[in-house]
Amino acid sequence: MSADSKSPAVDVGGSSTFGHAAPPPGELDTSHGVVLYLEEVTVSFDGFKALNSLSFSVDVGELRCIIGPNGAGKTTMMDVITGKTRPQLGKVFFGQTMDLTKMREAEIAQAGIGRKFQKPTVFEHHSVFENLELAIKADRGVWHSLFGKLNGEQLDRIDEILETVQLQEFADRRAGLLSHGQKQWLEIGMLLSQDPKLLLLDEPVAGMTDHETIRTAELLKTLEGKHSIVVVEHDMGFVDSIARKVTVLHEGSVLSEGTMDKVQNDEKVIEVYLGR
Amino acid sequence: MIDHRNPPGIFARLYGRTGWFLFVAALAVFCVLVPILNLALPANSFLHLPDYWVALIGKIMCYAILALAMDMVWGYTGILSLGHGIFFALGGYALGMYLMREIGHDGVYHSDLPDFMVFLDWKAYPWYWKGTGNFLYAMVLVLLAPAALALFFGFFAFRSRIKGVYFSIITQALTVALMLLFFRNETGFGGNNGFTDFKRILGYPIATPGTRMVLFVTTALTMLGMLLVLRYVVTSKFGRILMAIRDAESRLMFTGYNPLLYKLAIWTFSAMIAGLAGALYVPQVGIINPGEMASGNSIEIAIWTAVGGRGTLVGALIGAFIVNGAKSWFTQAFPDYWLYFLGALFVLTTLFLPKGVMGLIDKARARS
Repeated sequence: MSADSKSPAVDVGGSSTFGHAAPPPGELDTSHGVVLYLEEVTVSFDGFKALNSLSFSVDVGELRCIIGPNGAGKTTMMDVITGKTRPQLGKVFFGQTMDLTKMREAEIAQAGIGRKFQKPTVFEHHSVFENLELAIKADRGVWHSLFGKLNGEQLDRIDEILETVQLQEFADRRAGLLSHGQKQWLEIGMLLSQDPKLLLLDEPVAGMTDHETIRTAELLKTLEGKHSIVVVEHDMGFVDSIARKVTVLHEGSVLSEGTMDKVQNDEKVIEVYLGR
Repeated sequence: MIDHRNPPGIFARLYGRTGWFLFVAALAVFCVLVPILNLALPANSFLHLPDYWVALIGKIMCYAILALAMDMVWGYTGILSLGHGIFFALGGYALGMYLMREIGHDGVYHSDLPDFMVFLDWKAYPWYWKGTGNFLYAMVLVLLAPAALALFFGFFAFRSRIKGVYFSIITQALTVALMLLFFRNETGFGGNNGFTDFKRILGYPIATPGTRMVLFVTTALTMLGMLLVLRYVVTSKFGRILMAIRDAESRLMFTGYNPLLYKLAIWTFSAMIAGLAGALYVPQVGIINPGEMASGNSIEIAIWTAVGGRGTLVGALIGAFIVNGAKSWFTQAFPDYWLYFLGALFVLTTLFLPKGVMGLIDKARARS
């Protein structure tokens, strides 16, 4: 199974990359144009291979959609990227230098990967503003949280995000009282507050009305280019409306990859989706 | 709309006008009214507050501080500890060591060593008693002994991501294990009798009305001071992170926070507060023994907090006063039925008052 054909073979493992002008391992190095790189990743649970030698990569600024039938390994893949699950085999790199298989969840998040869960997960007892306050890029240390204050820049950023996700008038409402769609947007807003390089969105329009889905698609399109985004979604209409490039997963590995048109006309994909 | 750009000053942030009024009123009652009613009025006066009441309220205030410690980990962070009695007892034992040495030669055997060590035929203090004759060192131990145990235990438990009922059961096992350890005479803490028959504290006789009142007022100031400190903590971003751990820990983790550090910080801090409560408790009740680490004691702490209302701080104080007030009355009036009553109280609170007494007050205020 080959990696994304567009991206050149990348030197991911060697220490040689640390040698010259490359940034230190703590910073994201995307000098080769690739933000996320998975190679032959295998995860098995009691013999069942949730991911089977999965390889693919995402370019900087790309908006990638991942589709696949239930059990194809979409959520497991997100778990591996965010450090929740450790692969038995394979490489997972963020940029050129950061080995995600050796980092903890919080470190990965701090490094610049934001994740939205399948079920909208916000801090229900906190106000919308407080949710964003917790997410906004700032010192994550205990001491700072006791005595630090939001600075003007961070307040401006929160205002900006409230506007982006259209929740200005609900800033002081308890997040638990928001509608389903608003919670999804708040969660996306929280991801944006972290100023991530890579956004992972697990079914961002699940349970949304058509109108909310259209607005979410618009929102994601405005983010394209500024952030690299990976969207896992079932809603084909939604995928069609945002995707330039689609990756189809099946039984833990890549079945097909390319434009929506190409993928939809792929014999293997049709077989998997429509049955043998 | 809240103006987030001009956050309220520290006083306004802690409490509103009513809150501060009640706070100052509590301060006046405990630190002015009680001393006057107890010491300045003649014993036959109608308004005289008997020593019995001073001792009881003093004891309950120690429990109230303990309940505050519990509320921080359970009410705010969602970690139900059924072993906070350990930290309370360790603080009590740490100060107890100092009080034992203050007895000097006035024990039954008139020896350099405490009576129980003479009884064991020990010739010298074991190493861990070194320096405990110094009050300041003993106070450091009061905070550090619970903190060290909490840090050690917490690190492994939280790192292994032990949560919920599993964590509670382990803390319960820990308190029973420590109780058995302290029951042994060879452990060097007086076995099942523990420490008692204290004579002096800082050179003053420990049981005089004056000393007792100083201890009472110190406890009241600690309780109310702790309330303010913890109120600061829960209104800071740190406090909001604790609540986020309680409500959606994985979201917090994927937002870039390491919950381990926050849990360890509040868990250890809470253990220190519990230790302080124990240290205030021992000189007032005059005894500390392994019974304080019995499993039931730790469970009771959780009940106080639940009855008062979790995650409110003030609720923890109210719960400690209600349950322990009821306990002192009940155990005299119907000594055989107290445990049934306590159990019923807990069940009823869980069923009908999930937010405790504070939930009731909130409801009443919302209606008016």
